[in-house]
Amino acid sequence: MSAPKPTLAVEDLCTYFFTKSGVVKAVDKVSFEIGAGEVLGLVGESGSGKTVTGFSIVGLIDQPGRIVSGSIRYKGEELIGASEERLRHIRGNRIAMIFQDPTMTLNPVLRIDTQLVEAITAHSDTDARTAWEQSRDALGQVGIPSPEERLKCYPHELSGGMRQRVAIAIAFLNKPNLIIADEPTTALDVTIQAQIIYEAQTLCRKTGTALLWITHDLAVVAGLADRICVMYAGRIVEEGGADNVIDRPLHPYTAGLIGSVPSHNRRGKRLAQIPGSTPSLLNLPEGCAFRTRCKFNDDTCLEEPEVTHPAKDRSLRCFHPVSRGPAP
Amino acid sequence: MTAMIETDALTKKFVQKQDLAGKMAALLGASAPERVVHAVNEVDLVVNKGEVVGLVGESGCGKSTIGRMIAGILEPTAGRVFYKGADVAKLTGEDAGRAQLAVQMIFQDPFASLNPRQRVAGIIGEAPLVHGIVARAEQDDYVDEMLQKVGLDPDFRRRYPHQFSGGQRQRIGIARALAVKPDFLVCDEAVAALDVSIQAQILNLFMDLREEFDLTYLFISHDLGVVEHISDRLAIMYLGRLVETAPTDELFGGPNHPYTQALLAEVPRLDQRKRTFHPMKGEIPSPINPPGGCYFHPRCPHVLDRCRSDAPQLREISPGRFSACHLNDRGGV
Ligand SMILES: Nc1ncnc2c1ncn2[C@@H]1O[C@H](COP(=O)(O)OP(=O)(O)O)[C@@H](O)[C@H]1O
Ligand SMILES: Nc1ncnc2c1ncn2[C@@H]1O[C@H](COP(=O)(O)OP(=O)(O)O)[C@@H](O)[C@H]1O
Ligand code: SF4
Ligand code: SF4
Ligand SMILES: [Mg+2]
Ligand SMILES: [Mg+2]
Repeated sequence: MSAPKPTLAVEDLCTYFFTKSGVVKAVDKVSFEIGAGEVLGLVGESGSGKTVTGFSIVGLIDQPGRIVSGSIRYKGEELIGASEERLRHIRGNRIAMIFQDPTMTLNPVLRIDTQLVEAITAHSDTDARTAWEQSRDALGQVGIPSPEERLKCYPHELSGGMRQRVAIAIAFLNKPNLIIADEPTTALDVTIQAQIIYEAQTLCRKTGTALLWITHDLAVVAGLADRICVMYAGRIVEEGGADNVIDRPLHPYTAGLIGSVPSHNRRGKRLAQIPGSTPSLLNLPEGCAFRTRCKFNDDTCLEEPEVTHPAKDRSLRCFHPVSRGPAP
Repeated sequence: MTAMIETDALTKKFVQKQDLAGKMAALLGASAPERVVHAVNEVDLVVNKGEVVGLVGESGCGKSTIGRMIAGILEPTAGRVFYKGADVAKLTGEDAGRAQLAVQMIFQDPFASLNPRQRVAGIIGEAPLVHGIVARAEQDDYVDEMLQKVGLDPDFRRRYPHQFSGGQRQRIGIARALAVKPDFLVCDEAVAALDVSIQAQILNLFMDLREEFDLTYLFISHDLGVVEHISDRLAIMYLGRLVETAPTDELFGGPNHPYTQALLAEVPRLDQRKRTFHPMKGEIPSPINPPGGCYFHPRCPHVLDRCRSDAPQLREISPGRFSACHLNDRGGV
């Protein structure tokens, strides 16, 4: 018997933008897998390529961008180069995306009930009454008070946080096999965030939904994810189990990020600082892209670090992992 | 300890503009009911000299409104603000001007309200010149000095706001505030829009400046990790009211108010793995129609009968700790 195919397997994905000022390698040789019921956290600061990774998976890359090479397999089936019809079927039905901006999901001229009921009946032969009840319950599950009344609203009549919760409810509706959630709770309060994470967790545990949770917030993925990928300047620089990555980071960038999280530090102590800021993707340093900010950098780092596997179940792009690097 | 800032029953009500339906009704002769937002409700808050007080609560609970009233850019509906013991509403002339400059506000994006055609030199250097803090001949040097204090290259002085990254803009906003020699800063979500690594740089800067300029802060944030890190004392708000104030360590060690307990339990933390999230029941009620009694009663797991009608007052429950919850009343009603 062969091992079950992961719900999503991304391999050596390259998505570039061909702009007037040059080629932006927004996603460069990115690989990861997510199994059924698994939560993968994709972490990185703004501009690191997280959204472009998500958009590549759901086929939303537009001019001047293009998937240049690589493979994206859903349950073993290659999506890059698949027929439009097949893509529409899989992406419409089995893969859901939650965007950072809920207006990408919601149709401004349709009432919320119309949109939810349509989302249900388009993919099953549920009758309208049942679909309406399911819609009401779905809103309740993401913490929307008086769901009956909210169902009658148009998107503009709801607050931003409320709209995001409606978008999340729509993504959860048909119990998809894969959810790609791009900073879904960044604009929400912690109490609402906890509610949404709770619903996402329940869905994964109960129905085996695979979840790609994209965020800049390490503390959220620490509590939610089974595995974590850390992204910097279009590359995944480190991957591993959540415990390993957070307690024993190998990449200097990961270690720096963890050091800068306030709640991880003693009160009033100075936070660890990563010097400088993220370089423009049009102007990356030669070799390791983190080189100009890294205190471990030496001449070897002028070469591009390839992926290595320093331990079982971990991968890394760095010549001098933190634990073995020279003293600062 | 002397209070740098003190508020007494500080209150703000906003009368909401009528929406279209309301206007139509009014045109047709119907009397549309006024919608009053009870944004801030009789808040007593003290910030002592040299302290960093973190003001925490979910969005819409009134944090910015309090901050703006303290900074003197929003008129209270009722209640008073004291600066170094003086009621600011009663100050006149030079004293009023001095109090106004002494309290400065730092925003999430300081440039949202700025003239994009003004250069950094003007942004930082104008107010101190107008208020006679520097002479014109020294203005350039003064701007350079301020830029250096916040970790920016003085060469940036000739640039425009849009030419800067988020972290740099925040530094310019801080330099602008410091330029009028304040002793109290209201920081309203000042690091909320920044990436973690940049946020760390700015938080460190705030801590350095506190030492160097002997500053006192009211640090407003919805991010409990941030306020926990930077604050000596915390004030927790719910729906326009203060529900608990306590030294930071004590509050995180043992929150007293049921709302604080629920809020702290929701905060994601790096040292918790694969936890099961347990969301708080219900939703924040509307500040237009707040519930009677304790505002938290519809969601409180410990609700008593009297909580529905009787609003608990903020009371000292142990030295330096205040909470507004009936559960603390021994031998009470
Ligand atoms: N349409 C586009 N044209 C040119 N560059 C783009 C476009 N979309 C994204 N990029 C670039 O791709 C990089 C990664 O962006 P993104 O995936 O949105 O980052 P993140 O989600 O991690 O903040 C950024 O440098 C961004 O400027
Ligand atoms: N200018 C205004 N007009 C009407 N309502 C307002 C105004 N400013 C704030 N509010 C309302 O007052 C309440 C408190 O707002 P705010 O102080 O901004 O909260 P926070 O900063 O805690 O998110 C909210 O319900 C908000 O909608
Ligand atoms: S490869 Fe070199 S420069 Fe890059 S992160 Fe590792 S040590 Fe630093
Ligand atoms: S006063 Fe009553 S309802 Fe309010 S927090 Fe205390 S126990 Fe709960
Ligand atoms: Mg993004
Ligand atoms: Mg605010």
